[in-house]
Order: sequence, then structure tokens, then C-alpha cells
Amino acid sequence: MVLASIFESGVSIDFYIVLASVLFAIGAVGVMVRRNAIVLLMCIELMLNAVNLLMVAFSTYHGKGDGQVFVFFIMVVAAAEATVGLSILVMAYRNIRSTDVGIFNKLKG
Amino acid sequence: MTLEMIAILLGGLTIGSALMVVLSKHPVRSVLYLVVTFFMISANYILMNAQFLAIVNIIVYAGAIMVLFLFVLMLLNLNKDSEPVTSIGIKLAGIIAGGVLLTVMLAALKDGLVLTQEAVESANNNGLVENLGELLFTKYVLPFEVSSVLFIAAMVGAVMLAKREKQIID
Amino acid sequence: MGADKILLTILALPLIGALINGTLGKNMPKAVVGAIATGVMFTAFALALTLFGGVHKQHLVHLFTMLDLEDFKVVDGKLMDSKLNASFVLDSLSIWMTLIVTGVGSLIHLFSMGYMSHDKGYYKFFTYLNLFIFAMLILVLGSNYFMLFFGWEGVGICSYLLISFHYSDAQKGIANSAAARKAFIMNRIGDLGLLIGLFLIFSQFGTLEYSELADRLLIDKIEPTTWMMFGITLCLFIGATGKSAQIPLFTWLPDAMAGPTPVSALIHAATMVTAGIFLVVRSNFFFEMAPMTQDIMLYVGLTTSLVAAFIALRQNDIKKVLAYSTVSQLGLLFVALGMGAYTAAMFHVTTHAFFKALLFLGSGSVIHAMSDEQDIRVMGGLKKYIPITHITFLIGTLAIAGFPLLSGFYSKDEILAHAVMHNPMIYGILMVSVAMTAIYMFRLYFLVFHGSFRGTSEQQHHLHESPLNMTLPLLVLAVLSVFGGILNLPGVVLKAGTHWMSHYLEHNTRGLEVIETHHLSSSQAMLLMGGAVLMTLIILFGSFVVYVKRGSLAKSDEQLSGWELTSSKKLYFDEIYNFLFVKPLEWISEKMHAFVEVLALNKSVYGFAGLIGKTGDIVRKWQTGVVSNYLFWMVLGVISLVIYYLIKF
Repeated sequence: MVLASIFESGVSIDFYIVLASVLFAIGAVGVMVRRNAIVLLMCIELMLNAVNLLMVAFSTYHGKGDGQVFVFFIMVVAAAEATVGLSILVMAYRNIRSTDVGIFNKLKG
Repeated sequence: MTLEMIAILLGGLTIGSALMVVLSKHPVRSVLYLVVTFFMISANYILMNAQFLAIVNIIVYAGAIMVLFLFVLMLLNLNKDSEPVTSIGIKLAGIIAGGVLLTVMLAALKDGLVLTQEAVESANNNGLVENLGELLFTKYVLPFEVSSVLFIAAMVGAVMLAKREKQIID
Repeated sequence: MGADKILLTILALPLIGALINGTLGKNMPKAVVGAIATGVMFTAFALALTLFGGVHKQHLVHLFTMLDLEDFKVVDGKLMDSKLNASFVLDSLSIWMTLIVTGVGSLIHLFSMGYMSHDKGYYKFFTYLNLFIFAMLILVLGSNYFMLFFGWEGVGICSYLLISFHYSDAQKGIANSAAARKAFIMNRIGDLGLLIGLFLIFSQFGTLEYSELADRLLIDKIEPTTWMMFGITLCLFIGATGKSAQIPLFTWLPDAMAGPTPVSALIHAATMVTAGIFLVVRSNFFFEMAPMTQDIMLYVGLTTSLVAAFIALRQNDIKKVLAYSTVSQLGLLFVALGMGAYTAAMFHVTTHAFFKALLFLGSGSVIHAMSDEQDIRVMGGLKKYIPITHITFLIGTLAIAGFPLLSGFYSKDEILAHAVMHNPMIYGILMVSVAMTAIYMFRLYFLVFHGSFRGTSEQQHHLHESPLNMTLPLLVLAVLSVFGGILNLPGVVLKAGTHWMSHYLEHNTRGLEVIETHHLSSSQAMLLMGGAVLMTLIILFGSFVVYVKRGSLAKSDEQLSGWELTSSKKLYFDEIYNFLFVKPLEWISEKMHAFVEVLALNKSVYGFAGLIGKTGDIVRKWQTGVVSNYLFWMVLGVISLVIYYLIKF
């Protein structure tokens, strides 16, 4: 079954631009405000997904499939990054017994 | 229900669940809200006929990565009390910065909309698996292969990092 | 080998000797070090001899161009480029000076092998000596004023290094360094004059080459204003004053006797101090156009000659007497130059090199025999202990005093003849100076070598004749002092083959060929010579009576009074300079330190550093170490960038 293109039925591209920007801003606020390392990583995933949304929107808008292939690769990288990030977190937790990023401040000037 | 109303509703739900990810105090609840957000985004993908990506989003993101997050959370046994509290100043600064960022980005993109190309006026089949696969294996086959190397590196790294050091018993 | 290669070899040999001894000399045995240094010198002298025979016209050897300024100067209505070249010239004057420098220099090197044999810094000494010879050769062989200046500075540095050679001596180390510093500073004051002169020449003529300048002045008859010529020549003369120890820049030369005796012989008798004379002779075409400067030169030289001779009358250090004698003879040379008698001056330079080096080396031999004692009041009767030194020293003394038929007699007589022709009053004053020269030299000779020994018995035990490598140069120089007069015999006795040196120099040196010198008639010349001989013999006899027959000794310091006190206190020149120049400078320096440095500079500099530190302390707190904060600032950065581009477009 083929759905009609969403952009022909009245939804303009601005909608998805605004949506992606809002999600990105929310993710940025989350990274700036939250101090739990795991929630931090999750907010980063949120930002990545906002970008994915925008890419797919434009891919459909222009009628080319390249945007979706790129989203595919972004997902690949996000998966790898989440994996490694979590394993670092686990190792750090073993030594420090806490996931507060405020504790990792050895670069303090 | 027109497509428009569905799209707006979905948009609102997405934003709502994303907000709850950031705002909730219990980390497990944050994870669950993020899962909901991913589902919403996948729904958006289906609206745009990007079927493959919608499914892959759910399987990979919501299914694998979030489960991983959940495992780690459970492993570390975190709950609401052990959650670190940020000072009100940083919260305020962060929210204002985020708001300004949003405003500025929208302001920058608003004029660009006049210049973007016209939408393609045909039913869009690009999101179907066979079309996407054809593109993936012809034009983007090199990144495809390289990403497998990336996965190997990530796996090896993750295993090495998380290994418990062997205790030497004299 | 062609003349070019020989010239470059002559220049390169001392440099190579200096390099080898400087780098490897510490580990080589002393005989090898000395052999290399002296061998290099003798080879250079031999090569210079071959050049002496072979060069018949002016020969330019060009090495490379250092500076090429295009379109620098307007000449004849068109722009031309000015070049600074590293090039050398072979003409009579430069070859003659090379012969003197390498000849006397190699004898002094031979002497030093024996004299410095007990010194720890043996290799250093020979390195510096060779380096000095290298700089001096560049000075005399250069074909333009820039090479002269290069050599000028080089010999200044080597003089400094050599005077303060024993800088770590326990008793006199600081005094040696102070003497070297004084020499260097006084030379520098003269060098300022020389530099200004060079700048003036370059700006007026656009070139520093001797041949081009001579062409412009003599052939093209380009004449700058009288005041410009006066200025140029005066500045050149100031440079010569510094290097050749005229009033007011002469007090460094007696102090420079703090260096080892071969240094005094080489630098402060035969070569470096004649650099000023050489400069004036080279620039004769300038000086001939500035009669005012020539007069100034004459009177300054005259005054210096008198003052130095006066001071030497009552000095008690054997080397100081010889130092003041050098200053006095240089004054005499400047009198000659002031009268335009350039070839007579060169003749006296040559003979002075012979007998002054002989006297200094002789005094070195005496000091060596007296176990490093230099005060003549504790010497006496040395003629039976050190016969060879005695005979050669006697020959040197007779030569400098103008004993008839020795070299000094002819050269001084030449200058006196010019003085008579120029102005008889000058002749009279010069005779006074010559008389004083004879007086103090004979006093020195009789007090050292005659009478009874006045030193300690331990010194008496050590009295011995110097080894062969020290006495051989003395003998050679003595022979040269006796027969050196043949170079430029006056035309009194023989009619042919006279004035050989004057003709040789005039033949091939720019500028000298146009200067005509009159010669006195035979009867006048005979009268002059007779008068000089008579005076010398009277003084010789008088000194003999006073010091030997009556046996009067030099008074000790407490007994001096009147003119003798003034003479022995060096006419208070050093004290006057101290009062006029050194003390005000020290006062200014102290005030500057107290006010400017402590109050203003220290506070502001340290304050500035402190300010930076405090700012750093404040800014440092920005780095919290928490990633979220960093992201916050990144977001702010992105925002500001986007706003900037939004506003711009």
C-alpha cells in the first residue's frame, strides 16, 4: 500500500523543520542541565534522532533516497557510540560508585 | 482525520515525550519516555513512507539501544534518591540557552524556506526496502562495508573496557 | 701560483693556524702548538716576500660583493650603484705593511714560544696571536675602507683578549681585565669617529674603494666643500687617535702593558698602533685637501710627543717607559703626517717596528731573567748575567735615541728635515722631544744594565740568559735595527740608490705619486744631521756620567717632588679622566638605578606580570571540568555565530 506523499496533502516542510529544531533544543537543554551520565547519553540520542527526522523529511520532500541512506548510517554510528559510552560508564562506576558527571572534573583549571 | 491533524498530533506527542525525558527525576522513567519518543518518531517515518527506516528505528533504537540503557541502569541500581541535583542557576542558564538556540535556528532557517525546491509531486517510493537497498548497495556500498569495521571496533572496545580485571591470588 | 692565490693564502694561513690551535690546541703538546703558529707566520712572510718581488702595478683581488645598492648615488648626472666588496689590493703600501706585520710578527711568535712556555694557556695565546695577525692583514690588505674597518675592529678585539690574557691571576687579574676594558673603550671612542668618517665618505662619494675615491678626487677633480673634507678627515683622524694613542685617547697604552710582553711587542709597538698611521697614509688624497686637519694632526702629535716623553722621564716600570716611548714616537709620526711627509712616516714606522719590538722583546728577556720582576729600581748590573740581551738592548736604545748610522737616526732625521722645511719652530720643539727620548732611554739602559745588582739574592740566583728561541729574534731584530736605515738613505753621502723606499712606495700607491716632496740641499742636510748627532752624543755622555760614574739611582716614591713627582704620576691624566668622565657616569648610573629602575621599571614590569597572573586566576575558574558546562558555552557560541551571520546577510 502506498501512502500519498505527505507533502502533497498540506503538511508543509516547515512543520518538520520546527519539530526537528524543537527536539534538538530539548536534547541540548537536557545535556546542559542533567548530571546523570546515563541521562546525558540519552539526551544525545535524542538530538541524533531529531537530525534523523529532518533528514528523512527532506529526503521525502526532494524525492531522493540519499537522505534515508544517510539516516541509516547515523543509526549505525549512534549504536556504536552508545555501546562504547555505556561500557566506559560502567567501568567508571566501578571505580567511583557514582554516575554524576560533576565528579569527573579532573580538567578543572 | 486528515493527514495534517495526524501529523500535528504526532508532533505534539513527540515533543511532549521528549520533554518528559529531560524533566523526569527517575532515570528509569527517562528511559521509558525516550522509548515512547522513538515510537513517535517511527510513526512520523511511516507518515513519510520511509518504511524501512521506521522499522529499523524501532528494532535498533528502541529495541536494542534503549534496552542496553535499561540494563545498565538496573545494573547500577540507580533510583530517584541517588540522582544528582543541579543548581537552579545552571538549570535556568541551560533552559534559556536552549530557548535562544531554538529561536536562532528557526530565525536562520525561516528565510531559507523560500528558496528550497518545490516538493516532488509524486507518490514517493524511496522509502521502500527494495529501493533503499538498491541505493545502499550501489552508490553507498563503501560506507556500508566500512560501517561493519566500525562495529567490530566498537564491539572489541566495549568488551575490553568492561572486562573485570583478573584478581591475582597469591 | 698567481698573485691572487698567494694573497689569499697569506690571509688564510694565520686564520687556519688560529682555528687549529683554538680547537685542537688544548690536547696537543706545546711544541706542536708553537710550531704550527710560528710556522704559519714564517710561511706567510715567505709568501709576502715573493709578492714583494713580483708585483709591479696595483693589483686587485676580489672575493665577493657583500652589499650591492642599486641606484644609490648621483654621479655625473646619472644614478649608479654602490657596492661594498670584500676585496684586497696589492700595492706597494699594502705589501710593505704585510712584510712588516708578518716579519716582525713571526719573530715575536718565535720569542713567545720560549717566553710563554710555562704558561697554562699556551695554546690560547697562540690562537689569539694568529687571530690578531689575520685581522691586521685584512686591515692592511683591504682595498676599501670597509675591509680596513673590519680589520680595525678585529685587532681591537684581539688586543682586548690578549691584554687580559691573565685575567684569572690572583693578584692582578682584575687589574688586567680593567686595563683591557679601558683599551677597548678608548678604541671604541676613536672607532665612532672612524665610522662617522666612513659614513660621510660613503654618502659623498657613494663608494669606499681607495682606487675609486682617488680617481674621483685626483682625476675627476670632484671636490666636496671644504667643510665636508674637513669633517671627513677630522673623523678619520679621530679614529686614528684612538688606535694610535694620541692625546686625549692615549692612557690605554701604558695600562695595556698588563698583558704579556710579546703582546706588548707585537700589538703596542709594531703593528696595531701603526694602524692609525696606515689609515692616514692610505687616505693621503683626502688629507692633502684638508690643510686644517693636517695642522690639527701636527699639533696634536707634537703635544703628545712632548707629554709622553715628559712622563717617561720618571717611570720605573721597564715596560711603562717603553709604552710612553711608543706614544711619543707615534706623536712624532703624526707630526710627520701633518706635514705631508707620508713616505718619511712609513720609513719611521718600519724602523720603529724594528727597534721598538727589539726593546720590548729585550725587556721581556730581562723580566724573564729577573723572575717576572719589572721595576728597574731593583735591577742593575745585569750586563754580566745576560750578555746577549744586553747587547741587543743597547743597540735598540741607540737606535731609538738616534745614534748616527743606525736606522732610527735616518728615519728621525728625515722627519726633522721635513720639519725644518715646513716651520723651523716645529723643528725646535721636535728637537726637545727627541732629546727627552734620548734622556729617558739612556736612563733606562744604564739603570737596568749597569751599576750593581739591587734585587734580592733569590732573584740573583735565577739570573740566566734566555733560551735560543728568545735570543734569536733579538739578534735578528738587532741586525735590522742597525742596517734598516739602508732602506731610505738620504741623498747626502751617496748620490745613487738613495730614498729607495720613498720611490718604492710612491711608485705604486694611489695618491702618493702626486705628492711632491722637496729635498733639502746637501749642506742643509749635513748641518741638520750634524746637529742631531751632536745632541745625541752629548746626552749619551751626560747619562753615562750621571748614572754610571756618579751612580745615582732612581728615587723611591717618597723622595719624589716637583716636576719629578708630576712626571711619575703620569701628569695626573688618569685622575683627570676619572674626575671628568668616569665619576659623572657612575653618578648618573646610580641615580637612574635608584629612581628609574627601582621605582618605575621594577614596579611596572612586576606589576604587569602580577596583573596577568591575577587575570589568569579569575579566568581559570571558567574551566569547571564538567562537560555539561562546556556544552553550554558551545551552544552560546553557536548562537552567536548564527546571529552574526543572520545580521550580516
